[in-house]
Amino acid sequence: MIDTNVPKGILVPGMPQTLLCPEKNEGWQRVRDAYDKARGEIEKTDAEVIVIYSTFWPSILGHQIQAFPEPEWTHVDDEFHDLGSISYKFRMDPEFAELAVAKCKERGLHARTISYFGFPIDTGSVVALKLLNPDNRLPAVIVSSNMYANRAETIVLGKSVRDAIDSSGKKAAVVIVSALSNRLHTTPIEPVDDKIHSLKDNEWNLKFLEYLEKGRLEDVSQLSRQFHDEARVPKVVSFKPFWVMASIMGQNNLYEGNILAYEPIWGTGAVVATMTPAEDTAGDLEYDEDDPEFYKGDREVLDFYDQPEIGPLEDEDGD
Amino acid sequence: MSKGKIVMGALAPHPPHLVYAENPPQNEAKSEGGWEELRWGYERLRNSMSDIDYDVIVIHTPHWQTFAGTHFLGVEKFKSLSVDPVFPNLFRYNYDLKVDVKLSKSIHDGAADSGLLVKMMENPDFRIDYGTITSCHLVNPAWDKPIVCISSNRSKFYFNAEVMQANMIKLGEATRKVIEASGKKALLLSSNSLSHRHFTVEPEVPEDMSQEHVTNHHQYLWDMKMINLMKEGKTREMIDLMPDFTEQTIAETEAGSLTWLISALGFPDYEAIVHAYGTVIGTGNAIVGWDPSQAKT
Repeated sequence: MIDTNVPKGILVPGMPQTLLCPEKNEGWQRVRDAYDKARGEIEKTDAEVIVIYSTFWPSILGHQIQAFPEPEWTHVDDEFHDLGSISYKFRMDPEFAELAVAKCKERGLHARTISYFGFPIDTGSVVALKLLNPDNRLPAVIVSSNMYANRAETIVLGKSVRDAIDSSGKKAAVVIVSALSNRLHTTPIEPVDDKIHSLKDNEWNLKFLEYLEKGRLEDVSQLSRQFHDEARVPKVVSFKPFWVMASIMGQNNLYEGNILAYEPIWGTGAVVATMTPAEDTAGDLEYDEDDPEFYKGDREVLDFYDQPEIGPLEDEDGD
Repeated sequence: MSKGKIVMGALAPHPPHLVYAENPPQNEAKSEGGWEELRWGYERLRNSMSDIDYDVIVIHTPHWQTFAGTHFLGVEKFKSLSVDPVFPNLFRYNYDLKVDVKLSKSIHDGAADSGLLVKMMENPDFRIDYGTITSCHLVNPAWDKPIVCISSNRSKFYFNAEVMQANMIKLGEATRKVIEASGKKALLLSSNSLSHRHFTVEPEVPEDMSQEHVTNHHQYLWDMKMINLMKEGKTREMIDLMPDFTEQTIAETEAGSLTWLISALGFPDYEAIVHAYGTVIGTGNAIVGWDPSQAKT
């Protein structure tokens, strides 16, 4: 049965070049055009809220969800400040944010809403909202990326957000803000000379694109640890965006994948891809990893209290 | 023009909790106190500088993270609201500060001459990071001195801690030479914690001190190792140990701030004055001063 509560999932890059100066590089312009197509795909759905998970917004205290009704600021990127300022005014969905926090808590997560004037919304979320929802047609929420969270906690976060979507009665478009390979050029380049930082990064990006094009979202999720080792600068403990995306969208491979762009932005792998729930696509699953439902907190390596029990020895045959 | 000099160097960590606990008028959030040992440590640091005249604060900050080179503030005035992205419940601070753009540009140029990649930040809408604001507020709450603010190049992530250290040693040397040539008296701040594993939850009352302790004993032992080396004037040994320390305690020294400071001070072999050590949401923080007038001749 086709999932109708999350009619669209979208992967977008958060680099500001796409918004501020796409004309400086043909590839950047193609990413910008792809953003426009993705916006069109959202508009064709009956989504009533946009849920953003941004890898550009790190959190420490559990999971933070933006709930300020109309955040407004003039944003400047820490790195690319010379590209200019970005003025924004967004429309959030505080009610949905509160519900998502409640659902996180029900599953054992530490979570809270953030509702303060002047809160520094991250570059990735600003770029995504400006390009995907320029007139604030839909309200949004933004979910942070906890820097310490690993797979179990992140999967539970995704399920919590899904719980909120299902119980809100609202249909949601899920937007994941992340690069694939994330190695920036660390020396100055001319925009026209941009390229993926290394052949290895490019190969891993292409491998992931092959999966995404076939709608194999859960398989991509399961390969996240490998991708983190192969194509990511390890700024955080793991590569989480596909864990979140897959767990919100149902942990399967039943999607129509649409790769709208794959280009380098300052060396990183910038992809705009959409996932649309479908009846029967790749279908085959390889579940290698656990599928946790609740988060039980940090565990130390030497904690034995919840080790699996061996159970009583069988004694029927005297062995 | 007389020769400029570094009149004091300090390890000045930036947990926003310390500003929150002080209840200055600039901060919207209000508290019942907390983290007194560290706040009193800052008080002792300020007292230790009460007879020291200086023209400018030069600060290296972990929370302005840049990947393509080291960046410097290049706008004369900034006035805005800083909201901590991690602890917005504690830190919403209205700042109004001046930048010594001439010195900033000179250090930028000196670093470029040393072979480092550098860039001036000249966008007037730029928001100053909360780390810079916290450390500067706690060292100089009157805000009556201009600052030079240097970003943290994240070469530790893109290469390794050794590359980060090599670059920061160059940057420190360039900073010292430029200050000497400028004729100015400068206070240098390394705005970072030591061990840096946070708790991932916060008490209902953030300043509930019954909940505050170092995240683990291992972090504490490493912090003490580094602090004792500072006290003994063994800064070269400390810098040699820095990659291991950083790795073992996910220390905020990964930003390069402390390596830059020690290099700018010329690897002091005199005793550092430790004004305080304490934890904030599990991370290890030391407030430490190096007074070059104590240098052995």
